Amino acid sequence: MQKLVVIGAGMASGRVLEHLFETAPDAFDVTLFNAEPRGNYNRLMLSPVLSGEKSYAEIITHGDDWYADNRVTCRFGEAIEGIDLARKVVKSAGGETPYDKLIIGTGSNPFIIPLPGHDLPGVISYRDLDDTNAMIETSSRPGARAVVIGGGLLGLEAAAGLRMRGMEVTVLHIAGHLMERQLDAAAGYLLRRDLEARGITVITQASTQSIEGDGKVEMVKLADGTELPCELVVMAVGIRPSAQLAKDAGLAVGRAITVDAQMQTSDPDVYALGECVEFAGNIFGLVAPLYDQAKVLAKTLMNEDDVFTVKELATKLKVTGCDLFSAGDFAEADDREDIVFRDPARGVYKRLVLKDDRLIGAVMYGDTADGNWFFGMIKDGTDVSEMRDTLIFGPAYQGGAAVDPLSAVAALPADAEICGCNGVCKGQIVTAIEGGATDLAGIRATTKASASCGTCTGLVEQVLAVTLGDDFVMPTAQSVCKCTDLTHEDVRRLIKSKELKSQSAVWQELGWTTPNGCHVCRPAINFYLLADWPLEYQDDPQSRFVNERNHGNIQKDGTYSVVPRMFGGITTAAELRAIADAADKYNVPTVKVTGGQRIDLLGVKKEDLPGIWYDLNAAGMVSGHAYSKGLRTVKTCVGTDHCRFGTQDSTGLGIKLEKLLWGSWTPHKVKLAVSGCPRNCAEATCKDLGIICVDSGYQVGVGGAAGMDLKETERLCDVPTEEEALEVTAAFVQIYRENAKYLDRPYKWIAKVGLDWVKERVVDDLENRRALAARFELSQTIYRKDPWAPLAAKAESFAPLADLTLEAAE
Amino acid sequence: MNWIDIGALTDIPQRGARVVKTQVGCIALFRTGDDQVFAVSDTCPHKGGPLSEGIVHGHQVTCPLHNWVFSLETGQAQGADKGQIDTYAVRVEDGRLMLDQTQLQQRSAA
Repeated sequence: MQKLVVIGAGMASGRVLEHLFETAPDAFDVTLFNAEPRGNYNRLMLSPVLSGEKSYAEIITHGDDWYADNRVTCRFGEAIEGIDLARKVVKSAGGETPYDKLIIGTGSNPFIIPLPGHDLPGVISYRDLDDTNAMIETSSRPGARAVVIGGGLLGLEAAAGLRMRGMEVTVLHIAGHLMERQLDAAAGYLLRRDLEARGITVITQASTQSIEGDGKVEMVKLADGTELPCELVVMAVGIRPSAQLAKDAGLAVGRAITVDAQMQTSDPDVYALGECVEFAGNIFGLVAPLYDQAKVLAKTLMNEDDVFTVKELATKLKVTGCDLFSAGDFAEADDREDIVFRDPARGVYKRLVLKDDRLIGAVMYGDTADGNWFFGMIKDGTDVSEMRDTLIFGPAYQGGAAVDPLSAVAALPADAEICGCNGVCKGQIVTAIEGGATDLAGIRATTKASASCGTCTGLVEQVLAVTLGDDFVMPTAQSVCKCTDLTHEDVRRLIKSKELKSQSAVWQELGWTTPNGCHVCRPAINFYLLADWPLEYQDDPQSRFVNERNHGNIQKDGTYSVVPRMFGGITTAAELRAIADAADKYNVPTVKVTGGQRIDLLGVKKEDLPGIWYDLNAAGMVSGHAYSKGLRTVKTCVGTDHCRFGTQDSTGLGIKLEKLLWGSWTPHKVKLAVSGCPRNCAEATCKDLGIICVDSGYQVGVGGAAGMDLKETERLCDVPTEEEALEVTAAFVQIYRENAKYLDRPYKWIAKVGLDWVKERVVDDLENRRALAARFELSQTIYRKDPWAPLAAKAESFAPLADLTLEAAE
Repeated sequence: MNWIDIGALTDIPQRGARVVKTQVGCIALFRTGDDQVFAVSDTCPHKGGPLSEGIVHGHQVTCPLHNWVFSLETGQAQGADKGQIDTYAVRVEDGRLMLDQTQLQQRSAA
């Protein structure tokens, strides 16, 4: 038997031994040295050990029994001090050990930044079980604080684990965003938001100046003077291949131990693998290539041919609830194209990088279910030109190849975890279903599965479908119409992300199946385009429903209604006289006072519209947009002008609001009201946006309804001044314009995104509120115009093209 | 055939329509996105909605009142709805819209 000596009991060398013992159990007499006083364990699982989700015993890969069964001589806790290549021996505290073949698997060392104070007790790295135990011990002290230097994979796993142990944790990262080697800025932002939501403080572009303390760590000082008091500093800024031993022995070493594709070093009897090697200019830090190397090395030792090649790598972060995926190359370059998908409300971001019709990189955050599918295409170099339009939506949207997701769920064992947030496994969900919880809400109420982050909602629905069979109807995402498989939300996102600024761009780029849409999608697309690109896109009357094209409500007999605007419900004797004259002149059969505090002239013939508009324009009146998916009215009470209870000038504010908002297009109609006191005579609490004046200012409520559904407004915010009430209103209308599905009233849209989501952007984030209001105002420079005036000048287009009844009579 | 000139193609907006009053009732002249012209009855057989006010998509129009969809080529109602609108001969000559008057008179005689 040949003598095989292995230096380092890590994951790579452990895998080599597994392969060898499987194929040729009697070929080698193995001696295994390890500087750590223990055998091989799964280092990837240190994070769950740190967070308390697993114990050390659970992550041991090779226990004492395994080594004994395979007759491995274990020399744990004994570091190798030197290698004599000429005499083929290794030297350690226990003397010299001869070898026929030698494997070096010394791994890597954590890189410690030589900051002042880096050697203080309490400064540790994060590489092995001892580091992990040291962190656990410090975290058990009440009120303990930690600073993690390094916002990469390892640093963030350490930070999340320490936070779960109850420590106050601050992450310092030198780059502009977290995990910059695996994520782009957008995904880095979402990751940061998720970490902050669990109580971790993140400081990017942080330049650490020193670690200070008297005999132990007391604080970290940044270059900008910030002082962060702490009891623990975790240095996780990277690793360096551990190659000194090989270098001292005289082996060829570059950045790491140089090996060929058979894992052979410059000495024919010495092999190396893992994080300590360099192959064709590459060094390695993730486990997948290490396992490939182990397979190759085992074959090489058995005199079989095999070749190690460098493959694309995918990264996942092992922090429960932070779902990210990154693979390939996603740097920007001139010859590359991006496909980007964002859903800010769900915190989902996906970016695909294409070069020459092939996928070369993918970054995903929030929803990584399709990660492996994309990764497969990166590795295979698949030509994606055929499926490019729908590529980002994943395999479910590609014809033919769609796998049945239910079969995979059906095959899951009962103890398979479905909801990571609440630790709910499939068996518990099935039990709940059998106990009568037959829909998502029922499952959430009984098991809490999918009730936290919600990312497992799809899986829970699939468990429902598998268990209930035909009794369960899977809620499917509704596409806009038959012209496309995309949902409204998808289309809105793509219009923004792909900067689609014309209808033809939408049809083309989003793969519409019809030449120019249909009556369902065209009005929606027309709105999305004019809302997102007010300056670039020109409103298309031919994509509007008849009421909006003819600026009046069509009645069942084909006549129209005409409603002039009365700002804030205030009119004058002169206006009323002009309305009465118009009603006489055009034989208006019905004159009605509307619920929106104005006057409706019903039964006007189409060819009379330009004339009546002209007359009303001449009296100083403009269209009331009583027909539009846009601002309708601002209803008011008389407020402080006349009312003895009024607290503010509600009429004045109503007029200002209507002057601010009129002419704007919105996903559905928008009605406002302002009441001068909580008696609420203007009925502001059932409007899309309603303001109640109080002594201290203005209570702004949103999401009311009094139509098909009856709903009371919910409080958006209280503001002290009229200016702020106006700004908040403009910002709210704009965020609704930018995000809602066409034909969703604000209350429906708010139910989807959540009022908190709206508050964050419209109330809490002042800068964002101003930006929204500014974008609204920009759009209003185009749309705050009376549509009647230009049409009144084109009266002929409202008349028949020809009248052959007259010609025939002649 | 007795073609009469009733106006210019450009009098109708693309994906839009204009009405011609005739003795057989209102006829809607449609100009589609690909600049083809169709003449059909302006009256929806369902509730009499003015088809010329509908949204024009492809070679189809959707009635503004209750969203019935008709083929401009055949006059057939599409989808689940059953109905038929009259179609008339129309052509474009040097940018002018030409309607066949004999057809209108024949229809009125019938």
